[in-house]
Amino acid sequence: MAGADADGLLRLEGLAKRYPTGDEALRGVDLSVPAGQVMALIGPSGAGKSTLIRCVNRLVEPTRGRVFLAGEEVTGLGAAALRRARRRMGMIFQEFALVERLTVMENVLSGRLGYVGFWASWLRRFPPGDVEAAFRLLERVGLVEFVDKRADELSGGQRQRVGIARALVQEPQILLIDEPTASLDPKTSRQIMRLICELCEERRLAAIINIHDVGLAQMFAQRVVGLRQGKVVYDGPPAGLTPEVLTTIYGEEDWAQTIRKDDDEGPAGPRAADEERMAGLR
Amino acid sequence: MSVIAGTGRRWSPPPFIPNPWLRHGLTVGAAVYLALALGSLEVNWTRVVEGLGRGWHFVLAFAPPDFVSRRAEIVEGLAESLVMTVTSTVIGIAISIPIGLGAARNLAPLPVYLLCRGIVAVARTLQEIIVAILFVAMVGFGPLAGMLTLSFATIGFLSKLLAEDIEDTDPGQLEAIRATGASWLQLLNYGVQPQVMPRLIGLSLYRFDINFRESAVIGIVGAGGIGATLNTAFDRYEYDTAAAILLAIIVIVMAAEYLSGIIRRRVQ
Repeated sequence: MAGADADGLLRLEGLAKRYPTGDEALRGVDLSVPAGQVMALIGPSGAGKSTLIRCVNRLVEPTRGRVFLAGEEVTGLGAAALRRARRRMGMIFQEFALVERLTVMENVLSGRLGYVGFWASWLRRFPPGDVEAAFRLLERVGLVEFVDKRADELSGGQRQRVGIARALVQEPQILLIDEPTASLDPKTSRQIMRLICELCEERRLAAIINIHDVGLAQMFAQRVVGLRQGKVVYDGPPAGLTPEVLTTIYGEEDWAQTIRKDDDEGPAGPRAADEERMAGLR
Repeated sequence: MSVIAGTGRRWSPPPFIPNPWLRHGLTVGAAVYLALALGSLEVNWTRVVEGLGRGWHFVLAFAPPDFVSRRAEIVEGLAESLVMTVTSTVIGIAISIPIGLGAARNLAPLPVYLLCRGIVAVARTLQEIIVAILFVAMVGFGPLAGMLTLSFATIGFLSKLLAEDIEDTDPGQLEAIRATGASWLQLLNYGVQPQVMPRLIGLSLYRFDINFRESAVIGIVGAGGIGATLNTAFDRYEYDTAAAILLAIIVIVMAAEYLSGIIRRRVQ
């Protein structure tokens, strides 16, 4: 399961990004993600995780290499074709990135912007099917009574749910998720991760989840890819994250406490993740 | 208060200019220049004492303000100023928005950015009076020259501040809208507009105030409005009428300030 089949839904070939400052964020990444697979991307800060998912939908323009989504080469698409390709890639952000002064419904419907014309979107006259889909998703994430609230009135967990609904209303084939839980408390983090994984399963969506929390990655992902200094240094099942592997990805540290031992989500579950956070405070 | 006997370690904040010679040299230099500059002003105290009396007579000539004898001219001047203010503010805003978008580095490509920043720089360098003289020379005396002047000044003011506000928008929100496959116009409508609208409204109302006040000044160089009426009153030595005009301007400016304050609070 961990191995990538040759013709994945998403395929990266020799992807590299060098910023004008000279930082080499990615140094030739080859990766293939099959449909329906939830993949966690782990690695230290600055390893290139954010750059990688932003190169997929070209919010960041890759310097070299190619990106294929369902056989279509995304790199090299013109502006209009790129916008069409972006509709098939939903994105979820660390700081939620909701438009704060817009309502919850407007934020969710903004996920349809790639499908509707300017005037319809300007007048907020979205096709009835889009509005219905938005309502259904808000029901699914448990926020339907908040439709007309402004996004800045919501709590962190609620905002991330709106962010998830916005990504899903695009009807994407893949989710690009950048640190979905980094701004959330441990309990909400797990709820959000569980919600994302359930939705991916319901809709047979692939996902790349950038995540700092190794415990959460092991708990929810089917496959883990470790990135270090812009290169893939681990690609395998969550169970394969041994102390040696974590040392390869992050560098020398006592990893015994970080690695999740039990598979059930019992009360002992969150300890691993929490302890890693506490370790960071010392 | 008890002081804990320490090891004698002392701390003071790092100075703004690290080099002590430069730091003290600049302070002394500034003080010397200020002293010399004040010394060069040649205040003639006897002239000042005489002037105080003359000034007092000038002030007395204003009282009581005469609203009546030139009533028609005053009303006409005020109406003209108001027309100039409203039209120039609206036209100025309409032109400022595209220029402001073009002058925001996070939205515009470099050539457009440089062009729009250039327009902003030109519109801001030229003082209103100079622009007014230019427009009077171009289109003749009257409110049209005033309207053009104030529109021009509004563009310099509003597009610069709008561009800066757009550059301060949260890039995460823009990124999220772009990631949905939105077009550039949709990005403006969903990502930029909600973030800058309150400030744009506030700045526009503030500019309305400024334009009314400026309309009183540029009238003096022939650009119409209440300023022209005021200038005529001074030329005829009708200081009581001038006083009435000044009072009217003050009242209108204060009323506009008050109203715009209310609206600004509501859009936050």
